[in-house]
Amino acid sequence: MLDKKVLEAKSIYKTFTDPVKIDVLKDVSFTLDYGEFASIIGKSGCGKSTLLYILSTMDTDYKGELFIDNQSTYKKSEKELAAIRNEKIGFVFQFHYLLNEFSVLKNIMLPGFKSNKFTEEELEKRAMNLLEDLDIKKLAHKMAHQLSGGEKQRVAIARSMINDPIIIMGDEPTGNLDNKNTDIVFEIFNELTSKYKKTLLIVTHDMSFADKTNRIITMDDGRIVS
Amino acid sequence: MKVKHIAEISIALLFARWKQTLIAAIGVTFSIALFITLLGFMEGLNGLLDSLVLNRTPHIRLFNDIRPTEIQPIEISEKYKNHYNFIKSIKPAIARNQLHNVDAILNTLEKDNRVEGVAPRTLAQAFYSLGTIELNGMVNGIDVEKEAKYYSFADYIPEGNYMDLKNVANSIILGIGAAEKMLAKIGDVIIVTTTSGDQFPLKVVAYFQTGMADYDKVQSFVNISTTQKILGKSNSYINELQIKLKDLNNAPPIALEYSKIFKVDAEDIQTANAQYSTGSDIRSLISYAVGITLLIVAGFGIYNILNMMIYEKMDTIAILKATGFAGKDVKRVFINIALSIGAFGIIAGSIVGFLLCFMIDNIPFEIAAMPTITTYPIDYGINYYIIAGVFALFTTYFAGWFPARKASMVDPVVIIRGK
Ligand SMILES: Nc1ncnc2c1ncn2[C@@H]1O[C@H](COP(=O)(O)OP(=O)(O)O)[C@@H](O)[C@H]1O
Ligand SMILES: [Mg+2]
Repeated sequence: MLDKKVLEAKSIYKTFTDPVKIDVLKDVSFTLDYGEFASIIGKSGCGKSTLLYILSTMDTDYKGELFIDNQSTYKKSEKELAAIRNEKIGFVFQFHYLLNEFSVLKNIMLPGFKSNKFTEEELEKRAMNLLEDLDIKKLAHKMAHQLSGGEKQRVAIARSMINDPIIIMGDEPTGNLDNKNTDIVFEIFNELTSKYKKTLLIVTHDMSFADKTNRIITMDDGRIVS
Repeated sequence: MKVKHIAEISIALLFARWKQTLIAAIGVTFSIALFITLLGFMEGLNGLLDSLVLNRTPHIRLFNDIRPTEIQPIEISEKYKNHYNFIKSIKPAIARNQLHNVDAILNTLEKDNRVEGVAPRTLAQAFYSLGTIELNGMVNGIDVEKEAKYYSFADYIPEGNYMDLKNVANSIILGIGAAEKMLAKIGDVIIVTTTSGDQFPLKVVAYFQTGMADYDKVQSFVNISTTQKILGKSNSYINELQIKLKDLNNAPPIALEYSKIFKVDAEDIQTANAQYSTGSDIRSLISYAVGITLLIVAGFGIYNILNMMIYEKMDTIAILKATGFAGKDVKRVFINIALSIGAFGIIAGSIVGFLLCFMIDNIPFEIAAMPTITTYPIDYGINYYIIAGVFALFTTYFAGWFPARKASMVDPVVIIRGK
């Protein structure tokens, strides 16, 4: 179980042609094993976000091969990719991205509605447990827009966990938070790997954050350098 | 993905912009209500106007037209057989247009199951005299029971009992115009003078009023045997058979068929009253055009609000897709919103439309021509509700489809990166 590959990227190339042709990713290859807590660091504009969008199956316009849970994503339909995203990947963004029209609890449950993996009661129970673990149970019935930035990010993490994904990806999830909240979020991520045995891939520009992770992937100008 | 959850998301988005949504829904409500009211009123009016004419018009009339003999004697003559014969000013020879073999025709018609009923008529040209006044008149000999049964005769009798025509010997029902001119009251006896100078005293038992003044001034009704007596003819003397069919739309082909079988003239209602149905059709057409235009305009309202909603909710759409909702799910959400607005509009509009119809139906409207009508006519046909509903669903679906498609194609990466 431990040597199982959760994610594998094989020589990924990505080029933007608008406004001028730039090669953003060049021959990016790496694997993530089950239970790893990895961070990606690199200068601004080196292609970290671009890589993460490809790995999360949202961006399909690239060259190379991507395996998630040993399944190739090549030539999968939009619908199939959405299902992979829904069931296997949890995503945490820099700008928390909760849906303001819904309560905290509903926000967390929404991806679960799509997958039909759990019943509504199970989903609610899972969501409440996650909120309890993240120490924000009292927020469950607040509307998303009533929360502070740190609280929102914790809710977003809870949401990424709802379908019990195999990997959680984050694009600078602490980029917008103060030190105290950054520490809280890091502790939560740490717990996700230790307690829930989740695989984590977090883009960050915060070196002290990266230093605490198991593995640091360094990018420079579209390549993985270490 | 469960319908319930799609609905939950739709409702949340809908309530996030509830003011605009409400306005779009009111737009649909308004157009459905007006569609129903407009058509209910217009078709009610059409029905009224048509019934003014069509109800008392036979679907097929069988008669013998007065016309000159087709083969003139000179053409039979041996001597002039090989000549070109020019004859001018031909006059018809037969004075009365009697229908022959009425019994045989009636027998055949009775067996024809397309026929609902047949009423005979015998017509007599006459003068009404009361004191020194003499008025031109046309005396219609009828079978009053059949007229009542098939041609709503009773609807046109404002005063008196029409059955007296049968029960009282030598009785007459006078047109209201003629009665007023002659100052003839019910119970009075008037004298009818035939074209050949014979005089008959007849008792006025009722008035009739069709609303067509010229008709009411001239026509009168008596029992068929009374006309035969006035004309000095036998009781087989019938001028016209008025046929009511089960389905009026079959009149033209059946008329053609009868004219061939019975060798008589047969005129169908469509030919006789072409202008009435054309008028009705055009009024209906205009109402439908206006009604459907209203529904389409309401559709644009929905299209607008959805487009606006999609621009405002780009983040929401992006996040739904990023967390694993497929384009199809997003599309369903927005089509759902459109259909919800449509469904609300249809239900509210049907209720408002019904109430408007009900209000119009209670506005007093009295015309001399129609003693039985007291308020504006309304056609409460369920079909207008169905047409409005189905059309509104179509419009809202299409109004929702284009924005929904746009929403389903939102690329989450573009939105998320844009932040
Ligand atoms: N849609 C796009 N069109 C053209 N160039 C883009 C687009 N998105 C990103 N880029 C460019 O690609 C490079 C990598 O961007 P990104 O992956 O966001 O970097 P990072 O997340 O490491 O800061 C940048 O130079 C950026 O300007
Ligand atoms: Mg970035």
